[in-house]
Amino acid sequence: MLLKELTEASGVSGNEKNVRDLIISEIKDFVDSYKIDRIGNIIAYKKGKDTGKKLMVTAHMDEVGLMIKDIDNEGFIKFMPVGGIDKRILVSKPVLVGKDKLPGVIGAKPIHLQKPDERTKALNINDLYIDIGAKSKEEAEKYVSIGDYAIFDSEYIEFGEGLIKAKALDNRVGCSLLIKLIKEVTDISFYAVFTVMEEVGLVGAGPAAYEVDPDYAIILEGTLCYDMAKLDTHLIPTYINKGPALSLIDRTTVYNKNFRKRIVEIAEKNNIPYQFRKTSMGGNDSGKIHTTREGSITATISVPCRYIHSPASVMSINDYNNTFALLKEVLSQFEKEEI
Amino acid sequence: METKVFLELLSNGKGISGYEYPLQSTIISAFEEHLDDVSVDKLGNVIGVKKGTYKDKENNIKIMLAAHMDEIGLMVKDIEENGFIRFTNIGGIDPRTILGQEVIVHGVEDLFGVIGSKPPHLQDASEQNKAIKMEDMTIDIGYPKEKVEELVSIGDPITIRRNVKDLLGKRIAGKALDDRAGVAALYECMKELEKIHHEADIYFVTTVQEEVSMAGALVSSYSINPDIGIAIDVGFGATPELPKSSTIELGKGPGITLGGNIHPNLRKKLVSIAKEYNIPNQVEISPGPTGTDARAMQITRDGIPSLLLSIPLRYMHTSVELLDMDDICNTGKLLAFFIASISNENLEGLLCY
Repeated sequence: MLLKELTEASGVSGNEKNVRDLIISEIKDFVDSYKIDRIGNIIAYKKGKDTGKKLMVTAHMDEVGLMIKDIDNEGFIKFMPVGGIDKRILVSKPVLVGKDKLPGVIGAKPIHLQKPDERTKALNINDLYIDIGAKSKEEAEKYVSIGDYAIFDSEYIEFGEGLIKAKALDNRVGCSLLIKLIKEVTDISFYAVFTVMEEVGLVGAGPAAYEVDPDYAIILEGTLCYDMAKLDTHLIPTYINKGPALSLIDRTTVYNKNFRKRIVEIAEKNNIPYQFRKTSMGGNDSGKIHTTREGSITATISVPCRYIHSPASVMSINDYNNTFALLKEVLSQFEKEEI
Repeated sequence: METKVFLELLSNGKGISGYEYPLQSTIISAFEEHLDDVSVDKLGNVIGVKKGTYKDKENNIKIMLAAHMDEIGLMVKDIEENGFIRFTNIGGIDPRTILGQEVIVHGVEDLFGVIGSKPPHLQDASEQNKAIKMEDMTIDIGYPKEKVEELVSIGDPITIRRNVKDLLGKRIAGKALDDRAGVAALYECMKELEKIHHEADIYFVTTVQEEVSMAGALVSSYSINPDIGIAIDVGFGATPELPKSSTIELGKGPGITLGGNIHPNLRKKLVSIAKEYNIPNQVEISPGPTGTDARAMQITRDGIPSLLLSIPLRYMHTSVELLDMDDICNTGKLLAFFIASISNENLEGLLCY
């Protein structure tokens, strides 16, 4: 399955090559043109009926991860986070370091040697390190260089009632949806853009939007989900299995109300479940896209992902399918010039 | 079977304290190839015997080797409205090491799950420097409540899911190397003993419940009633955040424990054997009761002279416990040569104070 390959590929922000190569091999026979721009975005164009409005659909390729910053005298490897990683998620996890995916682990002090109050404090990134089993600095340096990237070592697994666990669902789920869209939608012209470095400040999206200069843009994402039973519903950002989440507002965009309304109408007309993303936390490529050049109208459609930015994120296949169904309908309305 | 293959099977396997039985068949079939008899006692200890060469079979001396087969884990405490599982720990678990971890819930069937909590995006800045408490975590097995209730019961054990990772050289990381590494050392020892002559009868015991009560070592050492009891466990491997004085180093052989739990003359003999056969070893200091099966053995019946060998292990009680296979190999060898050096004739002298 494509989502398995996509999530297991290595693509920390700034190092998206694995993911980019995989995406290009998937889409190259289905697009009319594509190029890799100067900062690594893929900008593909699919020609169909010309609606007079330029539509761009985007997904970011990068994932959060680690970058190696030092190797100590005994061969332990210090690192920095790339993108928003909760330091608490790193403890007691396996990672893969560098191009050749060298296995390593992030350990922690044995509980037996801790003072009781230590257990209540989060470990800082600077207290953590990767152990690749090297016996010395020299041995470690044969395999690892400063500046190498490291990813979570986490396989794609299907479990429960139609759920998927993987790393990097944010945002390989968006990439997967966009690839499927390229393969299946044939009757309308649109730009499909896979951006770099979203997780470190929406870096790729600005130049891509400048190049494409869209009238409308749809951003595909994997988004925050925390659907605990005992929470008041207004505190739940999104639910698993309640369909694609439509963004209202986040740290980077106040979304266009009319575009969203139109998408809601399309969902309702086609009996596709949907939900609103009820938090203003987080942000995405829309922030840059809607303010580039003369601006554009944007909407973010997301697949809810539990435990986002962790080695074990969880999403639902139903949500994926419903998100795709909604997207396809939205594009078909474009074709009918009804947006 | 290669010792590393055996250890990988064991560490990837499931055997939380009190629920060790899934490991039994792997251990029994591996032990049976090298021992005269293998049995299981009432608590689930696997006890294998390798007979010595002493003529008086009825009155031969007995040496017992104990390595615990259980691992730390979790247990189902409650099922929430949305099907999430609340849990508690079995054995000493630092809650900081289980966030975002994959688990297997042993319900009606084995069920994959993920440990989650409130995402950082929804936490106040002040919360983000605090460790998340175990009671604020949930296990997500991906089913609605009704289905979860069909599959899972309160009290079901939960294992952390982690397969062994091969690191550089002979180093590996895994979830239950404490103390399946000790079981692997027993295995290595019995293979060595096939090559050398030994007079004593040797009891290889993989004990249950060390992490919670040492129950396995207590009852098995009672029934075997050995002349010498040797526990093989893991010791704190040196890492940057730990004081050098409380650790032993990876790749430098087993720690030979020194302290009140250990018989001083037997220890001297063990060290002299290591020297004689050029087996690397280290000193591990533990003045009081060791918190291992050696403690249980020491105070069983009218007291059993005890020794403890510690295989250096980093990140103890995390799911990425890390060791060097060379240390297991050297532990097995040292045990075998020590065993070969004990006879009915010299034992009494060795046990004198």
